[in-house]
Amino acid sequence: MLEVRALVKSFGALRATDGVDLEVREGETHAIIGPNGAGKTTFIGQLAGTLRPDAGSIRFAGEDVTALPAPKRARKGLARSFQITSIYADFTALQNVALAVQAGSGHSFRFWSAASSDSALTGPAAHFLDEIGLANRKNVLAANLSHGEQRQLEVAMVLATRPRLMLLDEPMAGMGAEESQRMIELLSRLKRKQTIVLVEHDMDAVFRLADRISVLVYGRIIATDTPERIRANDEVRRAYLGEDA
Amino acid sequence: MTVSLVLEQLLNGVQLGVMLFLLAAGLTLVLGIMNMVNLAHGSLYMVGAYLAIAATQWSGSYALGVLGGLAGTLLVGMLMEVVALRTLYDRDHLDQVLATFGLILFFNEATAMIWGRTALFSSLPSWLQGSVQLLPGWHYPVYRAAVIAVGLAVGVLLWYVVTRTRLGMLIRAGASNRTMVSALGVNIRLLYTVVFGFGAALAGLAGLMAGPIYTVQPGMGELILIQVFVVIVIGGIGSIRGAFVGALIVGTVDTLGRAFLKPLLALFLSRPAAETAGPALASMLVYLLMAVVLALRPAGLFSARNA
Amino acid sequence: MVSRRALAFWGIVFVVLLALPQAAIALNQAFYVDLVRRAMILAIAAASLNLILGYGGLVSFGHAAYLGLGGYAVGILAFHGITLGWVQWPVAIAASALVAAAIGAISIRTSGVYFIMITLAFTQMLYYLAVSLDMYGGDDGLRLRTPSGFSGLVDLGNGLAFYYLVLGVLLLSLFTIHRIVHSRFGLVLRAAKSNDARTRAIGFSPYPYRLAAFVIAGAICGLAGALYANHTRYISPDFMSWVQSGDLMFMVILGGMGSTAGPLLGAFALILIEEVLKGWTDHWQVILGPLLVVSVIFFKRGLAGLLDKPDA
Repeated sequence: MLEVRALVKSFGALRATDGVDLEVREGETHAIIGPNGAGKTTFIGQLAGTLRPDAGSIRFAGEDVTALPAPKRARKGLARSFQITSIYADFTALQNVALAVQAGSGHSFRFWSAASSDSALTGPAAHFLDEIGLANRKNVLAANLSHGEQRQLEVAMVLATRPRLMLLDEPMAGMGAEESQRMIELLSRLKRKQTIVLVEHDMDAVFRLADRISVLVYGRIIATDTPERIRANDEVRRAYLGEDA
Repeated sequence: MTVSLVLEQLLNGVQLGVMLFLLAAGLTLVLGIMNMVNLAHGSLYMVGAYLAIAATQWSGSYALGVLGGLAGTLLVGMLMEVVALRTLYDRDHLDQVLATFGLILFFNEATAMIWGRTALFSSLPSWLQGSVQLLPGWHYPVYRAAVIAVGLAVGVLLWYVVTRTRLGMLIRAGASNRTMVSALGVNIRLLYTVVFGFGAALAGLAGLMAGPIYTVQPGMGELILIQVFVVIVIGGIGSIRGAFVGALIVGTVDTLGRAFLKPLLALFLSRPAAETAGPALASMLVYLLMAVVLALRPAGLFSARNA
Repeated sequence: MVSRRALAFWGIVFVVLLALPQAAIALNQAFYVDLVRRAMILAIAAASLNLILGYGGLVSFGHAAYLGLGGYAVGILAFHGITLGWVQWPVAIAASALVAAAIGAISIRTSGVYFIMITLAFTQMLYYLAVSLDMYGGDDGLRLRTPSGFSGLVDLGNGLAFYYLVLGVLLLSLFTIHRIVHSRFGLVLRAAKSNDARTRAIGFSPYPYRLAAFVIAGAICGLAGALYANHTRYISPDFMSWVQSGDLMFMVILGGMGSTAGPLLGAFALILIEEVLKGWTDHWQVILGPLLVVSVIFFKRGLAGLLDKPDA
C-alpha cells in the first residue's frame, strides 16, 4: 500500500531523513518507533505531504505521490492526524467531523444551501463520532473538550475522510493512563478495517497494536520486524538504552 | 534624451533608493525581529522632517537642526513604543495594522494642527547648495549627492554592525528565529527597544534629509511608506541586504520610469496616447515589478526567514 | 434555525431603517436621510470585506480599490454618454470582479505580513493610476452629472427613492453573504481560517476558495462603489485611498468580525462617531486616531459581541 524508497531530507547540515526505505502492507498496522530526535516528525511530514523530500520516492497504492501536496494526498486516501492536536477549536465536534466528511464529498463550491443542516454531512459525521465514542459530546465546542476527547476527535476526523491509509502521529500524546487505554481499545477496533501507520512513544500501545515495527534512529530505519523480534533485537536495545545495554 | 540627462535621472534614482533604504531597513528589522507591522513608521519620517525644520528655524543653525530632528524623532519613537506599540507585540497583524493606522491619523492631524496643511519650506545652508562637478562637464546638485553619500555610509555602517558585531548577530538570529533567541536567554525587551530605536532614528534621518527635496506636509509619510512596503516585499522581510537591493531597484525603476517612459512610448504610440499612457504606466511600474518578483519568489529575493 | 434574538434584531433594524426617512423629513432633519444612506452604502462595502476578513481571515488592506473601481466605472461610462444604470452597474461589478481576480491570484499565494502589504500596494497602484488619468479628472476627480438611469423604474435623483434602493441592496447583500458563509463553500473558507494545516490534511486546498471569496467580495464592493458614486455625485481617487481601506477594516472590526450584523453596526458606529467628532472640531481625526488605537487594544469582540454570540 505504501512504499518509501531512499527518502532523504536535510535541514542545512542536518540529515533528518537519511535514506529511509519502508514498506507498509495493506491491512497491517505498522508502528514506527525511535528515540527522540530520530526524525519521526520529519518523516511523517514527508509521508503526509507537508514536507518535500530532497530525494527518494513515495508510492501510495501504486501511484507516485512524492510531489503531491497534502490536500491531494488526503483526497487519494492518505489521511493523517497531528502530534499536537490540530482541530477546529471554534467549531463543535460534529461540525469538525462534518467538515472532514465534506472534504470527501466532491468539490465544495456550493454557495447557497446551508451546510450545517445538510444531513448528507451531519449524518455520517454523527456516525463517526459514535464509532469513536464521542456521540454524547457532538454539540460541544471542540475547544471545550478534554485533551483526550480532542485526540479522539482527531482520529474521528481522519476516519471521516474514508481513508485507505491512516497516518497517526502519536495519538496518545499527552494522555493519562485511562484515556490511553480507551484510545488503544479504539485503535484495536479500527485496525481490523484499516491500514495504519502509527508513530508512538507509548510502548504498551505499540506492542499491543502493531503487526510490524520499524525503528527509526538518526533518520535511518535500523530494523523492521515483528514486535517480538524487535524486542529481542540487540541494535534496537542499544539505540534506546545506550551502548551498555 | 542626452547621456547627461540619463545620468542625472540615474543618480536621482539612486538618491531615492537610498532614502527608501533608510526607511526600509528599520521597518524590515522591526518586522523580522518583533514580527510587528508598524504603519506609523511613515509618521516618524514626517516627524523627522518637521522637527528638523523647526529646530533649524529656532536655532538658526543647520547642524543643530539636524541634531534636533534626529533626537526629536528618537524621542517620539520611544514614546510611541512605550505608550502604544508595546501592547501590540503579542497581538496578531490585523490588530497591529489597525492600531498603527489610528496612530497615523493622530500624527497627521496633530502635525496639521501645529504647522498647518500647506507645505513647509526647508532651507539649505550655503555649503549644501549649488552643484558639484562629478564628471568632466557634468554637474549634479550638491545636496542630492550628499544624501546619496550619507545613505551609502549608513548602509556600510549597518552592514558592519549586522555582520561584524555581537548585536548584529543577535539581530540576524532574531530575524530568522525569534523564539529561539529569547529562549537562549537574551534580554529580548532590550533588543526590541534597541532595534526599534535604530529604526526610528533611520526614519528620522530620512525625513530630515527629505525636507529640501520632497514636499513637507501632513501625510508625506504614507506616500513613501507604501513604496517602502514594495521594497520590503521585493527584498524579503528581515533582510538588510534585501532592503538595500530592493530599495535601489525600486528607486531607480520608479525615477527612470517617470522620466523616460513617456518619451519612450512616444516612439511607438501616437503623441496623445503616450501622454496618457506614459504617466499612468510610470506610476504603476514599481507595483508591476513587485507583482513579477512575487510570482517568481513569493518570499522576496533575500528572505531571512527559513521555511 | 435562526435564533429568536437574531430575528428580533433584524426586525428592529428593518423597521427603523424603513421608517427613518419619513421621520427625518417630518422632523425637518432631511440631512439624516443622506447620512444614513451613506452609512448603508459603506455597510455594504464593509460586509463584503467581512466575508474575506472576518470569515476568511484575509487581512486585505486594499479593499477600497473596488469602491473606486465601481465608482469610476459609473463615472467614466457616464462621461462618455452612457448613463444607463443597466449597463453601468454590471460593468462596475464585472470590472471589480476581474481586478479582484487578478490581484487575488497573486496576493493569495502569499500570507501574513506580505499579504497585507501587497494588497495595500496594489490598491495604491490603482489610486495613482486614477490620479494620472487627467481626462477623468485626475486628482480633482470626476463629477457625475446624471445619476444612473433605470428606465424610469427608480429615479436615483430622488433622494428618498435612492435611499430605499440602497436599503434594498443592503438587505440583499447581507442576506447573500449570510447564505454564502453558511454554505459548504463558506464552511471551507472559515475552516481554512480556523486551522489551515488541518484543512489541508483533510483534503481541501484553501487557495481556490480564498480566491473565489476574494472575487465575490470585490464584486459586491464594486456594486457599493456604483452606489457611492451616485450618492456623492462625484468620483475621486480618494474612493480608494488607503484611509478609506483602513476605515472599512475598522468598520468590520468595530462591529465584530465574522458576524452578519457586524459590518452594519460597525459602519453606522464609525460614521456616527465621525459626525459627532466633526461637530466638535475640524481636527476630529486627532481624536479619532487614538480612539481607534484604544478600541483595538481593549475591545476584542466588537459591538456585535455585545448583542449576541456571532453566528457559528
